[in-house]
Amino acid sequence: MSEENGLIYRISGPVVTAVGISPRMYEVVRVGDEGLMGEVIELHGDQSVIQVYEETSGIRPGEPVIRTGQTLSVKLGPGLLTQIYDGIQRPLEDLEETMGVFITRGVDADGLDLTKKWEFNATASVGDEVSGGSIIGFVQETETVEHRIMVPPGPGGKIASIESGEFDITTTVCTLEDGTEVAMMQEWPVRTPRPFIQKNAPDVPLVTGQRILDFLFPLAKGGTAGIPGPFGAGKTVTQQQLARWSDAQIVVYIGCGERGNEMTEVLTEFPHLMDPNTGKPLMNRTTMIANTSNMPVAAREASVYTGITIAEYFRDMGYDVALMADSTSRWAEAMREISSRLEEMPGEEGYPAYLSSRLAEFYERAGRVQTLGGDDGSVSVIGAVSPPGGDISEPVSQGTLRIVKVFWGLDAGLARQRHFPAINWLSSYSLYPQALDQWYRDNIASDFPEVRTKISSLLQVEAELQEIVQLVGSDALPMDQQLTLEVARMIREFFLQQNAFHDVDTFSQLGLQYEMAKAILTFQEESEKAMAGGAGLEEVVNVPARTDLMRGRFEEGYAERIGKLLGEMSKQIAGTMEDN
Amino acid sequence: MSGKEYRTITDVKGPLVFLEKTEPVSYGEIVQLRLSDGTMKNGQVLDTSDDQVIVQVFEGTASVDRQTGVKFLGDVFRLPVSKGLIGRILDGAGKPRDGGPEIVAEEMADIIGAAINPYSRESPEQFIQTGISAIDACTSLVRGQKLPIFSASGLPHNDIALQIARQAKLVGSDDDFVVVFCAMGITAEEYNFFVHDLERTGALENAALFVNLADDPAVERLITPRLALTAAEYLAFEHDYHVLVIYTDMTNYCESLRQIGAAREEVPGRRGYPGYMYTDLAMLYERAGMVKGKKGSITQFPILTMPGDDITHPIPDLSGYITEGQIVISRELHQKGIYPPINVLPSLSRLMNAGIGEGKTREDHKSVSDQLYAAYAGGRELRGLVAIVGEDALNERDLQLLKFADIFEDQFLRQSRDEDRSISEGTLDLAWDLLTNIDTKYLVRLDQKWIDKYHPTESKS
Ligand SMILES: Nc1ncnc2c1ncn2[C@@H]1O[C@H](COP(=O)(O)OP(=O)(O)OP(=O)(O)O)[C@@H](O)[C@H]1O
Ligand SMILES: [Mg+2]
Repeated sequence: MSEENGLIYRISGPVVTAVGISPRMYEVVRVGDEGLMGEVIELHGDQSVIQVYEETSGIRPGEPVIRTGQTLSVKLGPGLLTQIYDGIQRPLEDLEETMGVFITRGVDADGLDLTKKWEFNATASVGDEVSGGSIIGFVQETETVEHRIMVPPGPGGKIASIESGEFDITTTVCTLEDGTEVAMMQEWPVRTPRPFIQKNAPDVPLVTGQRILDFLFPLAKGGTAGIPGPFGAGKTVTQQQLARWSDAQIVVYIGCGERGNEMTEVLTEFPHLMDPNTGKPLMNRTTMIANTSNMPVAAREASVYTGITIAEYFRDMGYDVALMADSTSRWAEAMREISSRLEEMPGEEGYPAYLSSRLAEFYERAGRVQTLGGDDGSVSVIGAVSPPGGDISEPVSQGTLRIVKVFWGLDAGLARQRHFPAINWLSSYSLYPQALDQWYRDNIASDFPEVRTKISSLLQVEAELQEIVQLVGSDALPMDQQLTLEVARMIREFFLQQNAFHDVDTFSQLGLQYEMAKAILTFQEESEKAMAGGAGLEEVVNVPARTDLMRGRFEEGYAERIGKLLGEMSKQIAGTMEDN
Repeated sequence: MSGKEYRTITDVKGPLVFLEKTEPVSYGEIVQLRLSDGTMKNGQVLDTSDDQVIVQVFEGTASVDRQTGVKFLGDVFRLPVSKGLIGRILDGAGKPRDGGPEIVAEEMADIIGAAINPYSRESPEQFIQTGISAIDACTSLVRGQKLPIFSASGLPHNDIALQIARQAKLVGSDDDFVVVFCAMGITAEEYNFFVHDLERTGALENAALFVNLADDPAVERLITPRLALTAAEYLAFEHDYHVLVIYTDMTNYCESLRQIGAAREEVPGRRGYPGYMYTDLAMLYERAGMVKGKKGSITQFPILTMPGDDITHPIPDLSGYITEGQIVISRELHQKGIYPPINVLPSLSRLMNAGIGEGKTREDHKSVSDQLYAAYAGGRELRGLVAIVGEDALNERDLQLLKFADIFEDQFLRQSRDEDRSISEGTLDLAWDLLTNIDTKYLVRLDQKWIDKYHPTESKS
């Protein structure tokens, strides 16, 4: 038996054991008569353990296993955007063509169209000194995204020849003096982070247009966030909102072990939704990975690596990339399932002992970096977590919270009251505000951080007062505290609540968010004054202009009108004093 | 390779049989066991290697011994499918149970079913009117959705499922639903209840039933829903039917899954259920939907009983993580004598937004539904407070909300088992009527334009 060919010894679900070959760890092999794709995940005496990316029923011991010599890699180059892939970068559109609407097996599909011609525009010239990561030209991949072509990581040299024109992505467009040929496509093993020069501290926010996120618990470009929450609390809606509205230049959306219909929704909607920053369809900047809950678990395990490698690749061009993984718990469960088939010693709740290090390695691939080409690029990672029973004391939530810097805690109680986004403002946190405050002062308002502090402390005070109210009713509180409760209610209902399905409310510019927060504080100040002057609480709370101010956020052009609405409210509140 | 019979059983453990010295046997292959008294049993390969094969036996391993003959049939489990399934009653393994002839196969379909390519799906967005206000207004169902009923023992989930099956229709279309009903470990009494009702309304002729009862083999339950869904897929995607799949009780299904896991000595997940239960359930629930280029659809109504009424129990929990919402039945409402006792607060339909509004149900639907929730949630919360501090401590708004919660339960939720309310006049207009019990200034979730148009006393029309 040759080194290259072995035989199946055992099949247990997605895990196949082969004998008669000595592959390398993480090498891709072809399994069975149908040549199903698999990856070596353990070497054990003369046995090689393989996770298979396709359904294994009908396969039997004795069928062949063939080495490929390659590790699991993705193809990187023009054609990634607007695509939807499965967990191992097979374009779902191509699979439909060959298999029909149901995903069967045994079909290969290249991650990128190798025959399509793209217009390559060289920006480097003969004689230029380049190295791995240097940008040598670009392709206008979509209306809004310029796909920068880079020398693959590794040694460089002087350019001997370079040519603009129409080429497919495997054709050499540039040759270095040492003979190295550079094409528009490169390949990269998914389990290895792509190199960069250094990580830089994130100090620019990823603006999402979601008020509670941007204002109270911001994420930095290059930062990491976790969204744990029970089912139906809003993880997917939040992730989709980020994919829609955040000011990243590239979005990689990974549907990892979740619903098919959710991916369809993104697919049908994004081509028609306009990016507020470019005015062009959101699909232009988006790549999707869909390995739904009923697709093979081994490919689910791989999907997050496929996604983050694509994200890093765009980062290396100097872009700000945002990656959403929904849900990392399903990824962890895939690891658990494979691990248990390997009969590994289980750690907590049956998860493999290496769960937390895998989570950490994944989130570590986020960051704001100086790229090999010398640019500034970032990958922000936002992971949904689906804790059993909504209880975040479990290993995946805990492993995630130890690493991420932002915690958006979804709350079943809020979701049940239809307070959306159901992010708990008391338990959530972000460790970025300090690093970002200067940016807010320079770009939004000099007192932005102070306004934020006031808003969050009002919410804290409310929580304390609510405890008393639960015992004695709100009427028993002194007037000033009753006012505080009304102000806090306004924060919750007018500011924190934001309807993702409302055409206007779905997105708030950061500047408007600040105006809205200020309006609440103005309401508080004016009401205090009026009440000191004899006005009653009910009177100030019920001035019609306040309702107008609040309802106005559902209408187009609110940013232009809020000043006027606020002026009217102040006038009416002051008026309540004169009546007395 | 079929034909050869092995007598090489080494171990029998729970529902599992271990054999050695076989020729290569494929993973997932179907197995036939012949006991010494001639009884036949069926099974499936769970693990296969040169040295050992593990078979799960659907009918249980009672009376299996080392002399039992084991034959590998060289194929995975398949169901004979044809249009002739409609109107038939089959057992949990797909054999006729109604005394009728074997199904004449138009096709032999693999029951595991392949995943629908997400790229090939079509977004479900056609509103199904169930005639039940709580569902139509607050957790609207759409064609191709999977919406389980989370119930508990002793609650009228079967009545609700049947009422939905009877009344479900697309507004403005007379495409009928075909019902695929799948029983897993329910009692004969419950089963008869279903069958009688389907018979009474003539729906039985338009239904295919797959039946595994409480005294049928437990392991067979792992197959039954797959048969039902295979039939559903065939009818929907080969013959353009709109199929409504009702399966009950998912809790029994999960128990069988746990039993297999335990017999295999797998590392258990939460509360002893296998770690792969999420994936396993997804392989069922995800077989709902609509696909491009096909007229038919599969809408699923799994019913599950929450052990100990606990929604965080792994069975409802993992289901909720996969399905597109849930309808939660409440013991408290049931005890108050309200039918259907649907607690709308923890209930949810995730596909609702796509299915309602202008041109689908009515322009004010979303707004009304949000307002009903907010008011009812507010009222219910105040009940707790009133119990402590009394009504005197409440302000005007709170008093109105408190009263509204009672009215909502009594007049909106409550309806009779054969009351089929239309969405517009029956359900939404009723909602507006009831909302008159609250001052409009407190109805902050309602757009002014809908108040102007629909409010019974404040509208401008
Ligand atoms: N910001 C929002 N605005 C309006 N509705 C929301 C918002 N967030 C969540 N919802 C509502 O909550 C429902 C559930 O949200 P979502 O699907 O995101 O939950 P999830 O946490 O991803 O659940 P699962 O873990 O089961 O996937 C949505 O269908 C929608 O009705
Ligand atoms: Mg989700």
